[in-house]
Amino acid sequence: MSDKAPILALRGVNKSFGPIDVLHDINIEVRAGEVLCLLGDNGAGKSTLIKLMSGVHQPTSGKIEMDGAVVALPTPRAASEKGIATVHQFGGTFPLMSIGRSFFVGVEPTKGWGPFKVYDRKTANEIAVKAVQDFGITRIDDGDRLVGGLSGGERQSLAIARAVHFGARVLILDEPTAALGVKQAAHVLRIVNEAKRRGLAVIFITHQVMHAMAVGDHFAVLIRGAIAADFKKGERTREEITDLMAGGETMAGLEASIEGYMADHAGHPPPAV
Amino acid sequence: MNVSILTRRPEIGSILSLIAVIVFYVVFGGVNLGKLAGAASWVNLAANLGIVALPVGLLMIAGEIDISIGAMIPAGSMTVAILSGHFGLPIGVGIAGALALGLLVGLVNGLIATRTTVPTLIITLGTLMAVQGIILSSAMLLAGNASVSLTPPDWAKTVFGMLIAGKYQVIICWWAGFAAVFYWVLHVSPLGNWIYAMGGDQTSARNAGIPTARLKIALFMLSSTAAAFVGICGAIQFNSAQVSGGMGYIFNTIVSVVVGGVLLTGGFGSVLGILVGTVTFAIVSQGIYFTQIERNWSNLIIGVTLLLAVGMNESFRNFAMRSVRKKPRVRKEIAAGR
Repeated sequence: MSDKAPILALRGVNKSFGPIDVLHDINIEVRAGEVLCLLGDNGAGKSTLIKLMSGVHQPTSGKIEMDGAVVALPTPRAASEKGIATVHQFGGTFPLMSIGRSFFVGVEPTKGWGPFKVYDRKTANEIAVKAVQDFGITRIDDGDRLVGGLSGGERQSLAIARAVHFGARVLILDEPTAALGVKQAAHVLRIVNEAKRRGLAVIFITHQVMHAMAVGDHFAVLIRGAIAADFKKGERTREEITDLMAGGETMAGLEASIEGYMADHAGHPPPAV
Repeated sequence: MNVSILTRRPEIGSILSLIAVIVFYVVFGGVNLGKLAGAASWVNLAANLGIVALPVGLLMIAGEIDISIGAMIPAGSMTVAILSGHFGLPIGVGIAGALALGLLVGLVNGLIATRTTVPTLIITLGTLMAVQGIILSSAMLLAGNASVSLTPPDWAKTVFGMLIAGKYQVIICWWAGFAAVFYWVLHVSPLGNWIYAMGGDQTSARNAGIPTARLKIALFMLSSTAAAFVGICGAIQFNSAQVSGGMGYIFNTIVSVVVGGVLLTGGFGSVLGILVGTVTFAIVSQGIYFTQIERNWSNLIIGVTLLLAVGMNESFRNFAMRSVRKKPRVRKEIAAGR
């Protein structure tokens, strides 16, 4: 297994639901220790693309490769067994379960013998808390606490730490910062960087260009089901990316004029017309 | 154990409700506590109800509901009475037949629930009606009567229908046994985690590798079989079975389970809570006979208790989610320049 081969690659992937073409000739790849940002406006086909990579849907044509070999991902289970972990905005965690129990759902540590296996709460809590703290979330120190008591960023961190702990090699993050405040989002971005530092391949789906630019090594912009642009860090400016996402309309120009107005008017946005 | 851990427990609301009910009866009804504690009426009621409330509670924690138990209780009685009373088969065959019917109805409930997206309230409403129809017509066709008598042998009477000290039904011991098993399943074995996860977020639970469909079917089979068991015990104790009855159990189990702190939408609850909820219900409905309060008021008291308990459970659940030692930590982080 060479370092050069991408961990996960899509080659000429198409997806249609009946007569409707959702994805057209998608080519993307992500390497270990690299963050690929998938940018796109609502309805661009981002969620379908995630579902192809996490085994929920199958491509109509084209290949999915892992470490250079073609693979099939018939179920979400198969994808996670191959090391592809998907973390949704709030998915994967259970608000009314304790941190320890939520962390080990489906793979509970047990002690004891035969049919008298007992859920090992102490071990579960210790491992879960340590895994999350290793990602820099030091505020989580009690594995009995309910997940619902965590902030949105902490819940994301818990889900990411869980995926990494159970051997994920590819981390698909579906709009992890969409519902978060500025500080919480920064939290999650730090964790994305930490996952990258540990050699994971991260696919970061977002429509917030600023967040993408903070962590991304490689960018792909999706418009109406096709990759409209594919470039590396530093090759495009924020304005260019925003324009691309909006489908070539001069969003950046509009944004600049609003910012200019706000600068001139003590931070007030222009009145609605 | 400090206060914050205590308030995180699902059963805290039900314990406070139980205390409130007892205090109310003592203060306004002049209840003699010793007499109430030793009374068989509410313990017998709680045991019969509790055996059904435990699996129904587990189902509710898993995010589902089963009201077909209302028909399964008379169905259990009738099956054992028809097989062993009317046809004179050994009692063991009658009991096995009734339990098998419970397993079958649960399997049907579970299969429909996992193969369709119809809410389980509607599915089990359908099987409730269907089982009622089957039981009434088979009683009329096979035995020619809506009431069938049964003469159980002594050993069956001892195991399922004896009165201990002349007033306590032996089913109380079965209730205690079932409670221990359910406690072990939900809180000690890893299976309990699966049930919580299923009620919390079924899609995520399935993605985490939990066999949600099989687990759901098993829980439905458990609840209808438990209901059939209560029916069997009733038929053996009273030497007869009627096609009617059992409908009261539907609401009574739901009240017990919800007062016990189980979240109707799933993901939260405990066996201790279900037990306390059942005892609370039994004391409210039977304890009124020990008071000077006119007994026609008892449903009003049950209703108010239910609402109070649900309100308390709601606040405690929110409190549990917020019970975070936040403030000192944040200051520390700021001090560390983070």
